[in-house]
Parts: sequence; structure tokens; C-alpha cells
Amino acid sequence: MIRLEKRRQPSKRWTYLTPPLAVVAIMIAGGFMFWLLGKDPVEAIRIIFWDPLFNEQFASYSRPQILVKAAPLILIAIGLSFGFRAGVWNIGAEGQYIMGAIAGAAVGLAFFPTESALIFPLMVIAGALGGFLWAMIPALLKIAFRTNEILVSLLLVYVADLYLASVSFGALRNPDGGGFPGSRNLQQYPSAANPELIAGTGAHWGVVTAIFAVAVAYVLLNHHRIGFEIKLTGQSPRAARFAGVNPNLIIAVCLGFSGILAGLAGLFEVSGPSGQINIDFASGYGFTAIIVAFLGRLHPVGILLAGLLMALTYIGGELAQLMLGIPAAAILAFQGMLLFFLLAMDVLTDYRILVGKKGLN
Amino acid sequence: MTGTLIKIDGLTKAYPGVIANDNVSFQIDAGEVHALLGENGAGKSTLVKMIYGLVKPDAGQMQLRGKPYAPAEPRAARAAGVAMVFQHFSLFEALTVAENIALGMENPPPMRQLSDRITTVSQDYGLPLDPHRTVGDLSAGERQRVEIIRCLLQDPKLLIMDEPTSVLTPQEVDILFATLRLLRDQGTSILYISHKLEEIRALCDTATILRGGQNVGTCDPRQTAARDMAEMMVGSRLHVPEKVSHATDQVALTVNRLTSRAVSPFGTRLRDVSFQLWQGEILGIGGVAGNGQDELLAAMSGEMQVNPDAIRLGNRPIGHLGPNKRRRLGLLAAPEERLGHAAAPDMTLTENALLSGKVRKALEENGFLNWNKARRFADQIIDRFDVRTPNAANAARSLSGGNLQKFVIGREILQNPLVLVVNQPTWGVDAQAAAAIRQALLDLAAEGAAVIVISQDLDELMEITDRFAALNEGRLSAPRPTADLDVEQIGLMLGGAHGMEVAHAPEESTAAQ
Repeated sequence: MIRLEKRRQPSKRWTYLTPPLAVVAIMIAGGFMFWLLGKDPVEAIRIIFWDPLFNEQFASYSRPQILVKAAPLILIAIGLSFGFRAGVWNIGAEGQYIMGAIAGAAVGLAFFPTESALIFPLMVIAGALGGFLWAMIPALLKIAFRTNEILVSLLLVYVADLYLASVSFGALRNPDGGGFPGSRNLQQYPSAANPELIAGTGAHWGVVTAIFAVAVAYVLLNHHRIGFEIKLTGQSPRAARFAGVNPNLIIAVCLGFSGILAGLAGLFEVSGPSGQINIDFASGYGFTAIIVAFLGRLHPVGILLAGLLMALTYIGGELAQLMLGIPAAAILAFQGMLLFFLLAMDVLTDYRILVGKKGLN
Repeated sequence: MTGTLIKIDGLTKAYPGVIANDNVSFQIDAGEVHALLGENGAGKSTLVKMIYGLVKPDAGQMQLRGKPYAPAEPRAARAAGVAMVFQHFSLFEALTVAENIALGMENPPPMRQLSDRITTVSQDYGLPLDPHRTVGDLSAGERQRVEIIRCLLQDPKLLIMDEPTSVLTPQEVDILFATLRLLRDQGTSILYISHKLEEIRALCDTATILRGGQNVGTCDPRQTAARDMAEMMVGSRLHVPEKVSHATDQVALTVNRLTSRAVSPFGTRLRDVSFQLWQGEILGIGGVAGNGQDELLAAMSGEMQVNPDAIRLGNRPIGHLGPNKRRRLGLLAAPEERLGHAAAPDMTLTENALLSGKVRKALEENGFLNWNKARRFADQIIDRFDVRTPNAANAARSLSGGNLQKFVIGREILQNPLVLVVNQPTWGVDAQAAAAIRQALLDLAAEGAAVIVISQDLDELMEITDRFAALNEGRLSAPRPTADLDVEQIGLMLGGAHGMEVAHAPEESTAAQ
């Protein structure tokens, strides 16, 4: 007989062991799924996890792409992790990402074709502000009317998506674009562009900001009052009140901070890899970042690693689609399984498994 | 009326790291009130849970009226005639008495018929209760009657009662005992769990004493000295705190016409609470649970803010200040609920030391936390208050109730408060730890601090307080010197027998709704 027994306190060891175990489990389960689809499981797993980094033919292209994909995931996930620790569930990072991109791009396009070193910093501020204000809508509604931030933030994603379509066809459409939707390409406007900083690495300002955000989040969570208050609010709201924490402030800080980071991610994306505001700008980073945040155990360093891993499965997944003809939906299912396995493995952190007859100890 | 009802033979139950029951054997005769006596953690609850089918024993067997008895679940135990009244009630506050009782029945009769039966049973056994009242409006004593009547409707052969008097006023205890004696005379056996010796001497025919999971002796409580039973229970001599009054004539705290909202939907709001607290004194605030204790603590700690002049620390109005501002000025508090209110269960003791000690112990500089200093503070609490734990890196929930309570009280005392407010400081704590906590509160007052002890344990209040006031439906009586009071008078201050009038004048309470 197998029984689960609650540990007196969560196991430190298993907290660190479960993410790698989940990755191993997903390789096995994913391989099984690919086998069911009639593909060679070993080859599929190799293409997803190994080839993007080390294949002689593609690695020079796909390696920089990993940083390009990981940066927005890490930025957004760092922001989300604050709220998730406090029990503030911002599911609408995708919307804040879009609004940050629109606000930042709009500022840049307003100056076109003036050249100035101040334009890009202004765009960064506007991008952060766009994400921040969009996130303040669920925050203020929750504080004032106790609305559910999960629903409000999620529904605002669809509003943001429609607004994106609207400006792509209207306010921000490229006047020289021959009637096609989409804005001017910011990469071709030097003052507003977010270029690759070191050739061949994929590292743009978003990557720098993501690493900076990891460091700042680490310090805030471990050594600053706000990190302690966030953790306390999430674990024990009554104890937090007793400790003098203002729960409304925590709601505003968590949603605001994740909004800022999501907005920045959007701005760096629109001025860099994507280049323009267009109807297909939304990429799902805001949703995938939720998986990244949990895969990284809501810990800044964990999120850094999880973001890189997730980016790897993105690139590897594209390669697998290309080379083996694995359907895109199977790749999405594969990524989703990662979170599923991680949460399932969490049992090991809080419980110990006893096999056989119960002994007296 | 004679013969063995239930025979318990060698019951053993182990949990990881602790043997809750070790080869426990005893028997209960038909028509007997049998006491199960022991400290918190002695294994009483585990034992009765096995009898009631909630826990399966690892070894040993039971016989009910000569037949093997091994209930797989409480339903089987009830079918065999075993009923239990738990210490913590499982009632839905938004439903009526009759609806609550119907929910617990296998095949509830129509509501009108059930109401009639409830009224009949409540009158037969002298337990006044109106089946149509909403449970949320009932006092703790009345809620207990709901649970008892729920059991009596099943016509049990064995009624298990887990610490039934902990929520009752002395007058309500008398009513309960009269009912239990009536049941016994009709042939129902009662297994009565308690750690209060005087009650057991007044009520029970036989007592089985548990210590550390083992049966350390069976005796006739009416023939055995309370002191002997206490020593069997504890296993050693108990240190009883010494009470010397240090009250001065300097005002530490003034509460003036404090009125508040309730902290929960069925909570009790404070109405016009006024008192003065002197430096060096311990003021006891007694009352049955749910009469405004939680609200009073929240109003004092700053979790609930009130009108500034309602609370004055020295001369300074502080009613509008939040918890940390009050801490800075010297008003500290320790709430009743250890896990989840006074301490965060999954956080380490170091983090929990920081939780309330941040301000006065200067554990924070410019928003950054000084973890080394916090750890030293936690170590200091652990050391000074004899908290049994490997080190401060352990989670709060890994500590036993008594040890965590010593930590929580110690955390506040070591911050040198001017005024300390504690709610139920020794609830669910073993006798040794309770004595240590009471002594620490006495020492704090001796050093000149003012202490408010909110408690439902009258013995505790009699033991350590200088003055006593009763909280009843959100109103506080005028404090009186504890030395001048006896249990009878305190009972009357607590509101006498709550709801006694209800059964005799049901139309009145219906009109009141």
C-alpha cells in the first residue's frame, strides 16, 4: 500500500529536486505522446532539447533566438511571481504586455522622423506606464469593490487585443504602408529601435532588463520589507494584518509591478524582434509566463532558468514541427504538460510517500 | 443498570514520531459516568476518536455489550449506539437549530415533526433550546445544547463528551451536569473527557487517567484527593505561579466608550466598553467565547481601527493607529489563534520573530530587513522561554501548541511592552507550559507593565489577575478586584446561564426575531 503523509515542514531538498524531475518526466511522457503520433520519440526529444543549442546546422541561428524568447518570459514571470506569492492572481499579463507595446510604440512614432537619444528612454517609460495603468484597473476594482482580479485582468486581455487591432488599422497605421495594417517598422527608425547589442547573441535591451529584474527581485524578496510582507500576505492574511501589513497596498504593488514589467517586455519586443505594432503582435508570452513563474518556483533565479528552458522548448518545438512534422498543438500540449508535472511533483515537497505497511516510528 | 457496556482492550495508535495511545485498556459500565482525565497531548482525543470510529487503531480491540466492536466510520459507531459531542462544534451558523440537526441525520423526519421532537427532548432533559433560532445567534452554551440534543435524538447507549465545560459559564455547567446525571439515571453511560479535576469529582463515578498515551491508573474520583489525581496526570509536582500584586496608581491605558463593528458576520460588536488599566496590574477579562473577545483584541492590537479617543495610551489618543504605530508606542498584543494569526504556520521562527518584532527590535533599516538580528531575537525567545525546537530555522507549524504559544507570548514580552494584551494565553497548552506562561505574565507586571488577559479559563483568571471584568454580548462589566470574587459571582457577571429563559418563553424569542 502507498500512503501519503504530510511533512511537518516542506522539504527543502524536494523543493529544488522537483523541477528537474518534472523535466525528466515530461521527456518521458512527451516522448510517449510523439510516439502515439507516429514519430520517433527519441529523435523528437533530441530535436526539442538538444538541437537548438548544439546542432551544427541550426545552432548559430537558434541559440540567439533563445535569449530573444526568454527575455520577455522572464521579465513578465518575475513580475507575476510577486503577485502569486501574495495570492494576487494577475492572469492578464498578456494584456499589459500589449498595452505597454502600444504606449511605447506610440511615443516613438509620435517623434518620427526626429532623431534623438532621448526618444528610446521616453518609450521605455511610456511602455512601463502603459502596462502599469492597464494593471491598475483590476487592482483598483479589487481594492474598491472586491472584484476578482483573475476575471478582470483576464478579460482585459481581450480588450487589449481588440485595441491592438484598432490601432493597427487606425491610429498607428503606417501612412506609407500602402493600406496594409500595422505601424512603421521601429527597427528602421534608429532612435526608437531596440537593436541586438552584441552581434550573434540575440541580447537586446530587454535581455539586459530581464537580468536586472531578476537581481532586483531577488533582493526585494529576500532582504526587503515588501518581499516579506508579500510572502506573509500570501501565506497567512490574518497574520499579515496582525503584522501591520496593508492588504490594499500589497494588491496595488503586486499588480502594478507585474504590469510595469509586462509593459516593458512588450515595449522591448515591439521596438526589437517584432519591430512593429500589428494585429498579430500578441504572442502568448503573457500566458506562458505564468507557467514560467511556477516552473521557477516563484523564485527569481528559478524563473531565470525556467524562462530559458521554456524558450528552448519554443525553439525546439518549432524545429520539431519543421523537421518531423509534429503538429503545433502537440508542442503546446508538451509545454502544458511541464506545468502539470511540476504541480503533481509538488506533492513530494509537502508529503512523504510511505510504501508498504505502516510502521511505528 | 449494571454490567459492562464497553470494554477497551490494549488499544494502540501511533502517529509518526509519537505514540498517541500505548496499550490502553479500561471498561465502562452501563449507567456510569466515566471520566477520561489527562493533560493536553496525553492521548484522550485519539482514544475517543477510535471509539467513535474516526481513527482506526493499530492494535487492540473493543467489545460493546460483549460483542466485538470495530466501527469503520462514525456512522457505524452511531448505529451501534455511540454518540459524541465534540469540543469544537460543527454547526452551520446561517441555518436554524432544526436544520442543523436534520443535516446530521441519516433519514431526517419532516421539519415540523423534527422541531416537535427537539422541543420534547430539550424539555425532558432540561436543555432549553428553540428549534427555530438561527445558530449564528446562539451563545456557545446553546450551540453545545444543539450538539447534545442531536446526539440524544439517536437514543445513545454511550455518550462521549469532549471537554464540554470549556465554553460554559458556571451556571451553564450546573444545567449540563443535571442533564448528564438524568441521562445516567436512565441507563446511558457517559465518557467525560476533561482536565478539570473539580468537575470530575462532582460528576463522575470512575476516572481513567492517561499520561503520555498510557493508562496510568483508574480511580474513584470522589474518594481520591484532587492533588493525587493531578500528580498522576502530570507525573510530577506542578509549579504554581505566585501571585503578588504590583498595581500602581499610574494610568497605563484608558479605554473610553469603545464601540466597534464585528470582525466576522456572526461576531459580536463591542458596545460602549470602558475601563482604565493601571501600570503593574493584570486585568482579567472573562467571558464565554463569541462575546466580543476577538473584537476587543483586534481593537487593542490596531487590526481594527476605532475613534482616536476611544483608546488612550497614557494621555495619547491611539484608537486610529495601525498595529505597527501602536507597537512603537508600547502597546503589544498576542491573539488567540496561534497558527495563522499570531504566527504564520509555514514561516520559520526567525521570520515569525520579525512578524511582530520588526518595529521595537529595530530589525529593519530603510526598508531592508536585518536577518541576523532577527535570528538573534528568535534565538533569544527560544532560549528565555524554553521553546523546544531544534533551531529558529524550523517552521512555526512544526512546534507543538504549547511551545509555539511560549514563543508567541515570549516574542511580545521580550519587546518590553508598556501594555500587553493577550487572548487565551494558555488555550490548548499543557500544564507545564501554561504555568510558565502565567509566570511570565506575572513577571512582566512585576516589572511595571500593564497586562490584559482575555480568557475563558476562570481558574487562570482567578490565579493571576488583580481585577476582573466580564465581557458579555460586547459589553464589559465594571472591573472588580479578583480577590473579592467567588466563582458564583463571576458566573453571574458572565451573564449567568445564557438563554435559560428561551425554553420557558419561546414566544418571546420568536417575537424578538
